[in-house]
Amino acid sequence: MKMQLVKIAHARSGDKGDTANIGLIALHYDFYPVLVREVTSTRVKEHFKGICKGDVERFELPNLGALNFLLHKSLDGGGTLSLMTDAQGKTFSTALLRMEVEIPDTEANRLGLDKR
Amino acid sequence: MKQTIRVAAGQGFWGDLPEAPVHQVEGGPVDYLMLDYLAEVTMSIMQKQKARDPDAGYAKDFVPLMKRILPTCVERNIRVTANAGGVNVRGCADAVVGVGRELGFGGKLQIGIVTGDDIMSRLDEFLDSGIELRNMDTGEPLSSVRERIQSANVYLGAWPMVDALNRGAQVVITGRVTDTGLTLAPLIHEFGWKANDWDKMSSGTIAGHIIECGAQASGGNCQFEWQNIPDMANVGFPIAEASADGSFVITKHEGSGGRVNVQSVKEQLVYEMGDPHAYITPDCVADFTTIQLEDAGKNRVRVFGIKGRPVTDSLKVSISYSAGFKAVGTLVYAWPDAYAKAQAADRILRERLELLGLRFEQVLTEFVGVNATHGPLAGPPSADAAEVQLRIGVRGPDRSSVERFTKEIAPLILTGPPAVTGFAGGRPKVEEIVAYWPALIPREIISPKVEVFEA
Repeated sequence: MKMQLVKIAHARSGDKGDTANIGLIALHYDFYPVLVREVTSTRVKEHFKGICKGDVERFELPNLGALNFLLHKSLDGGGTLSLMTDAQGKTFSTALLRMEVEIPDTEANRLGLDKR
Repeated sequence: MKQTIRVAAGQGFWGDLPEAPVHQVEGGPVDYLMLDYLAEVTMSIMQKQKARDPDAGYAKDFVPLMKRILPTCVERNIRVTANAGGVNVRGCADAVVGVGRELGFGGKLQIGIVTGDDIMSRLDEFLDSGIELRNMDTGEPLSSVRERIQSANVYLGAWPMVDALNRGAQVVITGRVTDTGLTLAPLIHEFGWKANDWDKMSSGTIAGHIIECGAQASGGNCQFEWQNIPDMANVGFPIAEASADGSFVITKHEGSGGRVNVQSVKEQLVYEMGDPHAYITPDCVADFTTIQLEDAGKNRVRVFGIKGRPVTDSLKVSISYSAGFKAVGTLVYAWPDAYAKAQAADRILRERLELLGLRFEQVLTEFVGVNATHGPLAGPPSADAAEVQLRIGVRGPDRSSVERFTKEIAPLILTGPPAVTGFAGGRPKVEEIVAYWPALIPREIISPKVEVFEA
């Protein structure tokens, strides 16, 4: 089944210069493997097409059930240079939560995701 | 030695809730109040203020705040660590001394100051000796913007503040220090942690990271079940209740609003995170992948198991430089066809800028209500949208071109698409851009200075 990340994760985002960071956190530790498997840096780069003009790096934090993404060249120069409403990348968090991932029906059923 | 030390966060940035530090010292037991005033570009704002007025250049609000809370702090022996000194630490300290005397604490109050972060006057010496201070993001050498530099400050760590606390300072005022050091310093001082105990340095650093953005750890800006977070009007700022073994509990005062739970703490942990294996500070390299969290009761989250590694040879420098001018103008278009009207206005405006021969480094158009936050991810807007805000900004090296742009917004009301409003604020303001230049500098050439004196 297809499922939007907002059903299985929460997130917070911020900035370091022209790089936006997004911490994506599984709502339950059991959902973390789904995030690790589905939310790859390639998919995130594709998701943010037209927004992220640089590379996407991904880091795993299994202890928090979280992934950290760095989206380089995403903030129109960042900081005080940027003309963007969201020059600090604060809303990149929910922009990522829009992403749809494919979860096999058996796994979705086992994790109780089909009822979400 | 006390079993636990409670460090309370009072300000997450310069301009945070003014009542928060008052509630922190009055609302329940705390041992330390930490106040973080310095965002990346704050130093340059302060530098400008100091250029106009030699007595300025620090977080002015800190002084009336101290006047309000010093009696409580003295009575309950709450000590304060604050980077309120900005680019005029001494000026800030003098003002606090004045307030202390006014309150009758003359001769009874120790004030500590930490300086040595300001390297503005040593820049040429460094550049001449081959330290290039290359931009950590772009790799460019500092010489490319040398003439335009407005401030240069090294991020100092916890140890100079520890020195001030060891010498009896009730209030420690600093310039540029790491946000995390403001929390770590009291813990080192109280527990006698050793500098090479990297796990403990990292624990105190991560405690600092969790509380340094104020209520962002206790329910503010929290996505997890945000609708159910209680009493945000009275949100309690976070408190780190630390033990000598390095573990700590994040909590807040009883009776305050907001919520501290595993999710709120996780959200703050990942905020502005880079490589989680290496969170580099002047005091340690903390490993965020070792952090363990545990629900420890209502509004209590226990944090433990943190590991860290030795410090690096460098310190980070925050340099600000003048980078041109910008202005942003907005207009609001109403139903019907609000988005189409806003788009038409954008085309007309851009054509006029073209006809005027104005050139900019960047012209950015956003349609608020359509794509300003999530860009193309938001999908096509509703054809029935009640209104759309056109938001257009320009940036360039030449002030007069940006100035000229600001005169082209209001005329669109009478010379563009219909059903337009939202220009009560007048012409957009031209802003000078002071940009941020992060660099590294060898640790051994920087000498922090600590002074403690009586009010």
